[in-house]
Amino acid sequence: MTLVILTGGIDLSVGSILALSGAIMAGLLKRGTELEALNLYIGYGAPAAIVVGLLVGASLGWFNGLMVTRFRVPPFIATLAMLTIARGLTKLYTGGEAITGLGQVFVSIGSGRLLGIPNQFWIAAGIVLVAVVLLRKTRFGRYVYAVGGNEEAATLSGLNVARVKRSVYVIAGTLAAVGGLIVTSRLNSATPIAGEGMELDSIAAVVIGGTSLSGGRGSVAGTVLGALIIGVLNSGLVIMGVDPFWQQVIKGCVILVAVVIDRLNYKE
Amino acid sequence: MSEHDEVVLAAQGITKRFGGVKALDEAHLEVRAGQVTAVMGENGAGKSTLMKVLAGVYQDYEGRILRNGREAVFANPRQAQEHGVTIIHQELNLIPNLSVAENLFLGREFLDGLGLIDFRRMRREAAALLQRLDLDVDPRTRISTLRVGQQQILEIARALALHARVIIMDEPTSAISEREVDVLFGLIDSLRREGVAIVYISHKMDEVFRIADRITIMRDGRTVGSAPRAALSHDGVVRMMVGRDLKDFFVQTPTARGSEVLRVQEICLPHPDRVGDFLVKDISFSVARGEVLGLFGLMGAGRSELFETIFGLHARTASGQVFLEGREVRLSSCAEAIAAGLALVPEDRKRQGLMMDMSVAASISLASLAQVERFGFLSDRRERALAGDFGQRLRIRAVSHRQPVKHLSGGNQQKVVLAKWLATRPRVLLLDEPTRGIDVNAKNQIYRLIHELATAGLAIVVVSSELPEIIALAHRIIVLSEGRQTAEFSRAQATEESILKAALPRSLSSSRPPSSSGAATR
Repeated sequence: MTLVILTGGIDLSVGSILALSGAIMAGLLKRGTELEALNLYIGYGAPAAIVVGLLVGASLGWFNGLMVTRFRVPPFIATLAMLTIARGLTKLYTGGEAITGLGQVFVSIGSGRLLGIPNQFWIAAGIVLVAVVLLRKTRFGRYVYAVGGNEEAATLSGLNVARVKRSVYVIAGTLAAVGGLIVTSRLNSATPIAGEGMELDSIAAVVIGGTSLSGGRGSVAGTVLGALIIGVLNSGLVIMGVDPFWQQVIKGCVILVAVVIDRLNYKE
Repeated sequence: MSEHDEVVLAAQGITKRFGGVKALDEAHLEVRAGQVTAVMGENGAGKSTLMKVLAGVYQDYEGRILRNGREAVFANPRQAQEHGVTIIHQELNLIPNLSVAENLFLGREFLDGLGLIDFRRMRREAAALLQRLDLDVDPRTRISTLRVGQQQILEIARALALHARVIIMDEPTSAISEREVDVLFGLIDSLRREGVAIVYISHKMDEVFRIADRITIMRDGRTVGSAPRAALSHDGVVRMMVGRDLKDFFVQTPTARGSEVLRVQEICLPHPDRVGDFLVKDISFSVARGEVLGLFGLMGAGRSELFETIFGLHARTASGQVFLEGREVRLSSCAEAIAAGLALVPEDRKRQGLMMDMSVAASISLASLAQVERFGFLSDRRERALAGDFGQRLRIRAVSHRQPVKHLSGGNQQKVVLAKWLATRPRVLLLDEPTRGIDVNAKNQIYRLIHELATAGLAIVVVSSELPEIIALAHRIIVLSEGRQTAEFSRAQATEESILKAALPRSLSSSRPPSSSGAATR
């Protein structure tokens, strides 16, 4: 999400893509693919199901990018449409029911531990590391900042603006699918409502982390911090026994305060 | 109505700080009714800041503002307007999708008995204003369809609709054609006769001497002089502005001409909206090693569009051929143009040249990142070296290479853009208004640089709308008017008059050329 927003875009569809790719992983594990016409049944092990799920995420992201670059649909609209489409597909695929009982191998990914630390942490840390290197140390990362900072100047500097934009949506879609993998395997269940509201949490994390919604300014480190704040709020308020209705109000206020502080700093 | 020549607005001992920096240091200014007071000074001299203080944009200043002899404090621009003081900013503040009438009365719409907008009355009043200003435009026209010069006059109309007695104009002619300047000056003249006080900020010496009654000169946030126009000379004003002699600002360029590097033939770019009309029509020229070719044209002559077309930006719609060192190249994107050895320094560095949040080093390396890579990753050390190298050559003044470019002055920003393009090691440099909006010192440095680069064997094409600049820089000058080439001069033949004559549009209906002219050739 940080990458998408750095280019001046936004991706509202990550929660739905998370749900759909999670459901597909679960569905493939559980039911396999039946091609009645060919009288063919394909069963999936965990690795194959995961790969297909990630590919689904990537291709939906690619589709978002295509809409944004080729057909000049504003990112907000393109991904809003995808939010609905992917959610609908999830419900169609699951028939509105949770898919459960996904087998030891798959479940161990989300709930297992390595060196006493949950796998989720390692996966997240790995992604953060790669993202930091990508943004700070590669041409592509620099181009992401450039496109968000000034698209016209980027074009004149010989950058393929459309390709950069498509790439960030593909990355966002793929990472949403990774999220789907983690959530589904941790719960040992893919529900059609998984990830609802997560797009907003992830945008909030990016914004709290100091990335500018108009693009060109921000960092992954900031987003990690933002995500931690959101995470601490989400669980901390529950632990403190705060009324769930108030939790939302408080979360919203924190987002506002963070952004206002950032604005004031930025204005010098 | 105030007496003519009476001081209607005065600034006394105004000091304004931005952080630790004093933008204004005890500046003063007197504005008289029925007079045009020109304010001149290098960029950063504090002119705009002083105007913003006068117009109520800034409130945290020291010193006093007197309106008709009484101290006035403007808490915001609206209060200044209520006191009859209105500013017309350099960037026009009209809303493109609203009509002329709606813009004129924005925020003060006439309402009918039901509290709804009384469009009929608004149109009537707008029409009356437009007639007073001699602007032949229907009040229902959308702003976006008007030319910049017409929009400029509308801004004045809006000021008049506010019953302004003091109108501050910040570089009003920076974006309009010579002919529209005449219209504007006629208008200023009649306002002056009505007793309106005008504050006129401009860099253009000729204009100031043509229109001003008094000239006030600022330097480093201070008012360094103020006198009736008749008591001042061009050179005198320049000396006060910079404390230097005019001779310094001219550079010698060699006349040596090497082999041809770039040749373009019959470049055409159709107008995106008007079928059969062309932004650029049949332009052909060539540039040689070590040569500086000047392209002169007024606004709308197609200069920037010509550059963009050569640079591969309009590959889908444009036609024509581009030859590099005798071989034809097909440039369908800017990346290909850069790879072929072209570099384009665009006209508007904020909009087209820079990412304002990027650091100096990142901005310089952006178009040539492959050079600063090591094993597929960007190397800080190499990037620093690249930025440091060009920073030194171009004398870029920045706190560090990590400073965001938005904190640099206009001149240094322009040097960063130049550095970015020189870092791509081009063979041909296309410079679009390379000294627009930068101070005299930086201008001078850029002139020298252009001269050095040409001597080093680059082929350079410079677009400029400043006659003395293009005559001083170029070996040859091509004049464009309405997308067509109308004249070519050698350095020896070129005079300001002859160039300008060729640049002025032929037909009076320049905004609507005959639509059949180009259609047949496509």
